[in-house]
Amino acid sequence: MTTLPEPVEGLLEAALVGELTVIDSTGRPVTYPLIPLYDGKRIYLTSSTLFSRKLEHIKANPKVALSITDPIATGGRTDRATIQGDARVIEEDPHGGWERLLPIWEKKEPSIVYFLTQRVALPLFFERSLIEITPRRSLYWAGGDAASMPETTVVGKEAA
Amino acid sequence: MPGTTADLDRTPALDARQGLAKLATYPFQILTFVDRDGYPVSVAVKATIEPERGTATLTAPAGFGIPDGTEVSLTGSHIHPQPGYGYDERRHVTVWGRAASAAGDGSVTLAAARAWGWDEAELPFFEYSERSLGQSRRYFDALSAERGTPVKPRLSFGWLALRTTRLPFLSATIVPVVLGIAIAARNGSFDLLTAVLTVIGAACVQLGLNVANDVFDASLGADDANVTPTKFSGGSRVIQYGLVSFRQMAGLATGFYVAAGLIGLLLLALRGSPALLAIGIVGFIVSIGYTAPPLKFVYRGLGEIAVAIGFGPLMLLGAYVVQTRGAISWEPIVASLPIALLVSLILYVNEIPDRRGDARAGKRTLPVRLPKPTVIAGYRLAAIAAYAILVLGVIVGLLPIPALLALLSIPLALQVSRGLEPNYDNPYGLMAVMGVNVKVHLYAGLLLLAGYLVVLVAGALVPSVSLFVGR
Repeated sequence: MTTLPEPVEGLLEAALVGELTVIDSTGRPVTYPLIPLYDGKRIYLTSSTLFSRKLEHIKANPKVALSITDPIATGGRTDRATIQGDARVIEEDPHGGWERLLPIWEKKEPSIVYFLTQRVALPLFFERSLIEITPRRSLYWAGGDAASMPETTVVGKEAA
Repeated sequence: MPGTTADLDRTPALDARQGLAKLATYPFQILTFVDRDGYPVSVAVKATIEPERGTATLTAPAGFGIPDGTEVSLTGSHIHPQPGYGYDERRHVTVWGRAASAAGDGSVTLAAARAWGWDEAELPFFEYSERSLGQSRRYFDALSAERGTPVKPRLSFGWLALRTTRLPFLSATIVPVVLGIAIAARNGSFDLLTAVLTVIGAACVQLGLNVANDVFDASLGADDANVTPTKFSGGSRVIQYGLVSFRQMAGLATGFYVAAGLIGLLLLALRGSPALLAIGIVGFIVSIGYTAPPLKFVYRGLGEIAVAIGFGPLMLLGAYVVQTRGAISWEPIVASLPIALLVSLILYVNEIPDRRGDARAGKRTLPVRLPKPTVIAGYRLAAIAAYAILVLGVIVGLLPIPALLALLSIPLALQVSRGLEPNYDNPYGLMAVMGVNVKVHLYAGLLLLAGYLVVLVAGALVPSVSLFVGR
């Protein structure tokens, strides 16, 4: 089975923020900056119900792309990657279901644990759904320059 | 329709050229479009952006053909990492348009048609969240319809109770009631059972008021129109957040008032007096009429007066007459005045960040009606008056000398006074000032109470020594 290339996995693990692009009902791409959380198989993002328009788009069209492009968000790395994949929304328990990803989230944003203790102050921020992306194809630019051809990897269905 | 609730669900409008101007400030852009397989593609590029022409031009990424007429977008995104914390300085902008290729040179031009973005320096995260409540409601409505059963946001019972009743503000009741009991005790009247019942009954009145305030502000649209609530202002928002229904809140307010009424009747039966009955009736009218039609004191700029009367003389004198079986004197009346002024100043300052939403909902509070300099001057005058009454009360021998301990809270009042000007238009900056302002009332009240404890202890130990001027 083909998984994501190691440098792409490294970018996913390093990135404080990536850009999730979904397709809206008119077929137009819409991009949202989010924290990518990678568990070694799939990519997860979480979305507060306050900002849940993206979830509506994903439910209507699960094809998405996630790019890691910003050297400032990856500790100075200049390589870049885009992962195309199929997303599904996990929303069995918007209140607490997402908390299983808290350990990975905390590594990137330690303050989230403190904010969670202050849940009473902003309760709807912590009503969240998970976006689970099963990678289908990755594009990797070792030098980060779009003028060069990306290394393309088709990720096997076995990963699903 | 700017200025109406219809536009509150969104981020501020951004036209295409404004979007391009913002996009030009980012070191690179993320080009996105939908590929032949139907997946989005996103690639970092460096575009040449010309906001005045309404275009962005870039070299097509190697390996990707972008047919003319393809809907593409360019996004700029920024964060500032904070090691050990996370990140801040969040901002992003996206501009959409159709792609057009220039002959031969491989470049693609986007004719900007639409833009959207958020910059937390322009729209604070908390306000952005409040503006997005409609989206959260739509999410839960859709999920409920999908499952065929209501799905609602949740909070643990303890936090929900705290938030719904605004329990921490109970100090506004505890201070005057306990002070009234202490003054009565100094005059030789104290009964533990009725003292405890008074505290519980008065607390029920305030909790009823707090919840009823949310019910009426929800029905009159004031809380919906407020997109800059803070922990001190804008109500509990449990209705707006979908945590508690309007009906549940109305039931809860009724429950608190019924409990308060029953305790009031019990106190009347135990310590009955016409004065207590009169205080109870006026207190009920002031409490209900604070937000409820037809009185709606707070909507008419009379909220401060209603709060001053309710949480000053009525609470303090009410507690006093329960203990004295109806006997009234000048001492509790004078002691209640500084407390009344300081508690009304809590409301007054808390109304400052709410003023835009209040104005939209027709809630004509003093900060809605008055210009900034007048509002700030009003705070200073009322605070000076509170402390001046205290000093005068001591000088004329109505209040005991140790009551001057309350003057130790003046530095806090000065802190509030200094903080109003720079934070007047920044609800989140004003939050710290509002916190200190709550402490001014609390500490002044506790220090006044401490003064009375000194008098009580001194009276017990050295009865011959008077702690009143001229006695």
